[in-house]
Amino acid sequence: MKDTPESRVIDPGLDETIKKLTPEHIERVVQHVLTKENAARLKVYIDTCVHCGLCAEACHTYLSRDCDPDYSPVGKVKNTLWELIKRKGKVDGEFVKMMSRVAFTECAVCRRCSMYCPFGIDIAYLLMIVRRICSLLGVVPQYLQDTTNSHAVTSNQMWVHQDEWIDTLQWQEEEAMSEVKDARIPLEKEGAEVMYSVIAPEPKILAQLLGNMAQIMKVAGIDWTMPATDGWDNSNMAMYSGDFEVMGRVERLHWETAARLKAKKIVMGECGHAFRGAVYDGPRWLGWKFPPIPMVHAIEFYYDILKSGRIKVKEKFKEPVTVQDPCNTVRGRGLGPKLRYVVNELCENFIDVNPRFEHNYCCMAGGGTINCGPPWKRSRMVSNRVKAEQFKATGAHIVITPCHNCHSGIEDVIGFYKLGMHVKFISEIMVEVMDVPDELKP
Amino acid sequence: MYDFARGPLVWIAFAIFFGGSVYRIISTIMLAKKDKVILPYMRTKYGLRSIAHWLIPFGSRNMRLRPFFTIMSFLFHACLLLTPIFTLGHIALWQESWGVSWWHLPDTLSTLMTFIVVAGGVVFVLRRLSDPTVRMVTSFGDFVVVLIVIAPFVTGLLAYYQVFDYRTIITIHMWTGAIWLASVPFTKIAHMLFFPLTRAYMGCEFGYVRNARDW
Repeated sequence: MKDTPESRVIDPGLDETIKKLTPEHIERVVQHVLTKENAARLKVYIDTCVHCGLCAEACHTYLSRDCDPDYSPVGKVKNTLWELIKRKGKVDGEFVKMMSRVAFTECAVCRRCSMYCPFGIDIAYLLMIVRRICSLLGVVPQYLQDTTNSHAVTSNQMWVHQDEWIDTLQWQEEEAMSEVKDARIPLEKEGAEVMYSVIAPEPKILAQLLGNMAQIMKVAGIDWTMPATDGWDNSNMAMYSGDFEVMGRVERLHWETAARLKAKKIVMGECGHAFRGAVYDGPRWLGWKFPPIPMVHAIEFYYDILKSGRIKVKEKFKEPVTVQDPCNTVRGRGLGPKLRYVVNELCENFIDVNPRFEHNYCCMAGGGTINCGPPWKRSRMVSNRVKAEQFKATGAHIVITPCHNCHSGIEDVIGFYKLGMHVKFISEIMVEVMDVPDELKP
Repeated sequence: MYDFARGPLVWIAFAIFFGGSVYRIISTIMLAKKDKVILPYMRTKYGLRSIAHWLIPFGSRNMRLRPFFTIMSFLFHACLLLTPIFTLGHIALWQESWGVSWWHLPDTLSTLMTFIVVAGGVVFVLRRLSDPTVRMVTSFGDFVVVLIVIAPFVTGLLAYYQVFDYRTIITIHMWTGAIWLASVPFTKIAHMLFFPLTRAYMGCEFGYVRNARDW
């Protein structure tokens, strides 16, 4: 195994767990995942790949690391999955540690490479197979595993208890009321037009976002609610740690909560993972072709309320802004044009990025990479130099990031590469520039 | 050897080619049922849309990023597929045996196209050797595949220019052609069979399910 700064990172989630592995156990798990859990896609992808390397330049880690072959998408598959298949799962703990590092910290499963492979091979899916094997073997970066454990216990990502949840919502309701008269966060309201979903970092560390939404909902005149029970968070790191059993439980609870409240639709806050988990991975695991209740992402929701004139802009945001296209809502939902509509409605000076839309580079925080925690931060930053260069070229002061992972990841990139920019969610700009009618002024 | 190549070998090669191809495609579709999340999402419109974007030169961003490789790759694949079908010498054999014939390429053009295939194969090999990213994921088999693919074209040229003993060369040409055909379903050349399947699936995952583009 090559000796690199990445291979020397200390993470008990990898270093300690591999000590418990036996060759028989590894082999059994690998064979189970390769033959029982996967079928046509795995086989055809492996048989079809002609080793052309055309996927390489799709990957931000490859580009950022001066085209290091180990960081090309196909290189990552070769170092992990091809070896597993070739050796029929007869690998040792050190190998499992290496493949866990590659799959969890060097690939954000953003799926950009699938758009560069001439055959449309879903390379991110292949890396997810590797993650699944690592998860079943218990070899997962410790911080990431902790979020999965939190999901298993509390069904949210950050060990938020029900009393804390309700308390935070009430606190933010009060905050919102000081800006917009009668702004409420209606809990447990049956039959509302909208159930609003957020992820655990909001009550835990970014509570003002909840208050922002209460203001926006009031001004836009939306009939909405939030659950007071578990089932409000579907950020679902289990989906990315490879623990699909927990992933399924989280999504089931989320949909059941919406069904219990008889919500007509769900608006997912500015988070990409949660959207992916709720709309794609969750339903499939639960055996549903599509989600049982319509769900729109915040970008689409903002688009609707701006387009319909429910929210009017008093004075546009002045500072030059640019955007990050989150993989799960742009590559994963085609919301790039709507995102730009929203940004242009709210901001005076929007400078677009290049490449953009589906072709935008990953934030290198999503896919669970940022959840792998501080030990891997340096590696993540080195892996995303192209992102820093891309933003720098825009000359913007603010990067609008309608996704929690993009938000944190880009904040990291800005700090590491000293870009002197700031990140903002759409809601932060919206509450700043929206026109609050006189009767709603406190 | 010549008589065998001229007779049974052609039949065997075509049988393996067609039989093997049908088998690989059908078994893949059967296996796709086991995956459960593939067939329910397949839609003709989005599948064809994706295939079209990747069959038209410069139809995808990745192709536009590397114009030389794109042009070379399209020329290589087009010449590889068209030349054997429309070469006068081949049609003459069909005419002789079956009494069927069709339009043929002018000799100079088919020679040029054959050269393009050989040159393309050489460029592929050189790229595999010189680009560290490609070299890392290259296995011995990848070179063998290129050899299998260009061998009938090299021998075709030798036969056309009557280098060495014609009868020996033409026999080798027939054998290499047969090996090429028979290899399609069971080597990496099978990417030719799977391209429409993988492309269509991804086109549907992006287009039908996610409302996004995959080119």
